[in-house]
Amino acid sequence: MPNLSNEISNSIKDAYQKQQVLNISAGKTKQFYGRNINAKSLSLTEHAGIIEYEPTELYITARSGTPLAEIEQMVADHNQILPCEPPRFGDNATLGGTIACGLAGPRRVSAGNVRDCVLGTEIINGKGETLRFGGKVMKNVAGYDVSRLMCGALGTLGAIMSISIRLLPKPEKEETIAITIDCTTAIDKLNQWAKTPMPISASFYDGSELYIRLSSSESAIKACKKSIGGELINNHGSFWNGVKEQTHAFFKTDKPLWRISVPSNTRLLNINGDSVMEWNGALRWYSTNEDQKTVRTEAIKAGGHATLFKGGVTDQIFHPLPKVSFDLHKKLKQVFDPANILNPGKMFTEL
Amino acid sequence: MPEPISTPDLANQFCKVVPKDAVLTRDEQLMPYECDALTAYRQLPRLALLPSSIEEIKAIVKICNEYQIPIVARGAGTSLSGGALPHKDGILLNLAKLSQILEIDTQNRTATVQPGVRNLAISEAAEPYGLYYAPDPSSQIACTIGGNIAENSGGVHCLKYGLTLHNILALKILTIEGEVLELGGKNLDSPGYDLLALMIGSEGMLGITLEVTVKLLPHPHDKKVMLAAFDDIQRAGDAVNGIISNGVIPAGLEMLDQLTIQATEMYCNPGYPSNAAAILICELDGFDEELETQVELVKEILNEHQAIEVRVAKDKQEAELLWLGRKASFPALGNLTPDYYCMDGTIPRKHLAHVLESISNLSKKHGLRVANVFHAGDGNLHPVILYDANISGELEIAEKLGGEILELCVTVGGTITGEHGVGVEKLNQMCVQFSEAEISTFHAIKAAFDEHELLNPGKAIPTLHRCAELGAMHVHQGKLPHPDLPRF
Ligand SMILES: Cc1cc2nc3c(=O)[nH]c(=O)nc-3n(C[C@H](O)[C@H](O)[C@H](O)COP(=O)(O)OP(=O)(O)OC[C@H]3O[C@@H](n4cnc5c(N)ncnc54)[C@H](O)[C@@H]3O)c2cc1C
Repeated sequence: MPNLSNEISNSIKDAYQKQQVLNISAGKTKQFYGRNINAKSLSLTEHAGIIEYEPTELYITARSGTPLAEIEQMVADHNQILPCEPPRFGDNATLGGTIACGLAGPRRVSAGNVRDCVLGTEIINGKGETLRFGGKVMKNVAGYDVSRLMCGALGTLGAIMSISIRLLPKPEKEETIAITIDCTTAIDKLNQWAKTPMPISASFYDGSELYIRLSSSESAIKACKKSIGGELINNHGSFWNGVKEQTHAFFKTDKPLWRISVPSNTRLLNINGDSVMEWNGALRWYSTNEDQKTVRTEAIKAGGHATLFKGGVTDQIFHPLPKVSFDLHKKLKQVFDPANILNPGKMFTEL
Repeated sequence: MPEPISTPDLANQFCKVVPKDAVLTRDEQLMPYECDALTAYRQLPRLALLPSSIEEIKAIVKICNEYQIPIVARGAGTSLSGGALPHKDGILLNLAKLSQILEIDTQNRTATVQPGVRNLAISEAAEPYGLYYAPDPSSQIACTIGGNIAENSGGVHCLKYGLTLHNILALKILTIEGEVLELGGKNLDSPGYDLLALMIGSEGMLGITLEVTVKLLPHPHDKKVMLAAFDDIQRAGDAVNGIISNGVIPAGLEMLDQLTIQATEMYCNPGYPSNAAAILICELDGFDEELETQVELVKEILNEHQAIEVRVAKDKQEAELLWLGRKASFPALGNLTPDYYCMDGTIPRKHLAHVLESISNLSKKHGLRVANVFHAGDGNLHPVILYDANISGELEIAEKLGGEILELCVTVGGTITGEHGVGVEKLNQMCVQFSEAEISTFHAIKAAFDEHELLNPGKAIPTLHRCAELGAMHVHQGKLPHPDLPRF
């Protein structure tokens, strides 16, 4: 696959001179995420290909347009995984889009966030300059951590050209058990278990059943199953895929879908609507018609924040930031994109 | 620019906002702050201040901002890169008194602490609840969490449990303008840019850390420590790769070379095989049977790589003894030499043997001994250059040798610093690792937070002028020594 760095850099330089705003995209699987913007499309899909994969070094470097599926397949062939288990939301999902959105999947609680597994990035800033930050080794503190700043920035700080990602060995075995339980007890149990070294790598509560995925050796799983109880489920791979890709029945909703991030031990939120819970209780999804003020207030009360993930009418997708923070956001945007041409408004109106 | 203010007048200003005895003015009071653990660089500050509350810090920063006085924050002063070296026109802000543990939240498994709390004190406070704070720099009895945040410190267990970055949930930062920036929370992500990640490892140049919330982990079910000796360092390096490519992520995987083994034997007698060219110390953790299986697997791999001895500690005492030598490596090496200079490059592990050989050649070339003790699992090298500062010119040779080692790390696709930070020490090598546009970006980020460069000025990011003078940046104009190696 071709290296299109020069072409992309030239397009951005050109846009910079003409003050032409750009909408950076790739697989278009996560277009729903963030605010709608009206701008000339700059597609990175063709800038694809795995640059370097060293199974023994536990990292992979790939161009941003590389399909996530290709990367996951490649590392799976060597018994490795992307730690953060990112959702694809469609066949065409790319690595670049995954990093730009910064969304982690079910394994978040045990293996960290998207940014936690980013080792380095090459970006093109809003002036068309190619910049490299971080590296491919796990320990690296030279210079500010700009590569992680790109995670979740929705392309507003630069076009991500390539990324080095830390990998983990695939767990020897995984099994999932289901327990019928009420919500409060589920929250209590999850937080109790998290205080033990039990190898819980994912959890999902659907309102009546709590699903726990254990990832470890056969013997460790056996010991944990005994202390957790519940019933083993079949086809657990497709079950977690449904949670990750949001093809699970809960997500098939016409109502706005809210993603609420709270401390794991937070009690049931006072929001009307259907909800499910992931990440030991730290991630709550609500499908609800409640107005955004109610949802956000509840999230804040719990010490968290709410994102209007899908649907809804508000223009405010992400939780508003305090002024001190937002002022710094604007200054950082200036640093990377002085002409304000990269995905302007994708995250917040003024960014 | 405001009118310059005399040091006595400045001291008087500070005396209005903090108790008199918290304003240190006399040389003998300032001497303890003259350097951090990188003692080759020394500088007295104009004044040192010892605030004991957040309010006092805010008041101090306000005065500094008004009179444009540089501020160097200091935790325990254990930085190995001169990060806490005072500024000649500035004040030294000692945060050691802010040592309160504010909350241990056992339900959400977090600890909220003040910046001057020592790393180990967090784990001690969490211990009654069966929890601990994972990053464990060797300096953990002394270094503070504020310093750890600034340096993104690692430890022997970060191979499995991550660096400081992976274990911090929230920060309260005081900006130079005197505003409090709250980042993160007890939840697992935040809206907007990841300023939390940006702040960690920023060497005290973007803000002053006022409060930190860390993630606490449960202790592993059980652990086993093993030692393997090799008569060839290359085999030891290959064994490290063997372990990891077999899907084992040890909690810790450390390597000591012959010089270090001999030094530690003389120093604290941990019982290392003194005929070995290198030893590995490997800690595994997990559930009973799982752990047993892993120990067997690792043993097999070590034997495959022709270890001359493999030992599994039978009990806690023996395990502690095996770690003792590793943990005492630096003082042990200190016993061999009047002065030593500890480097901190990281490399992709596959280049281990090549890099060690090149280091040995550089050592011969410059006529100074180099010992190697390092975090083998993550490729973070600590070559220790032994020298004598009293011999005229030796410090300069040591620095030159050190610089060449770091440049070697960059050449093989690694980095100049894995965990100690750039500080004042590695400014020249930054010019090798980064291009002009990248360094300009760093400066612009600094300016976004601290327009007048009052927070730890002159550290971590070299001026473009400096790089130009060094001529080091030419490697970026398409003339990288190994153009085939993707350099990032
Ligand atoms: C024997 C020894 C062993 C070591 N082992 C390791 C190791 O295994 N791993 C490792 O990573 N490091 C190690 N170090 C290096 C050092 O301990 C770490 O860098 C540590 O994090 C420094 O903490 P400190 O409190 O001493 O910070 P200081 O040395 O006081 O300061 C370090 C930097 O942090 C800034 N700073 C401190 N507090 C604040 C604050 N509240 N807000 C803003 N900036 C602040 C300072 O300005 C300075 O730039 C070792 C050092 C020694 C001497």
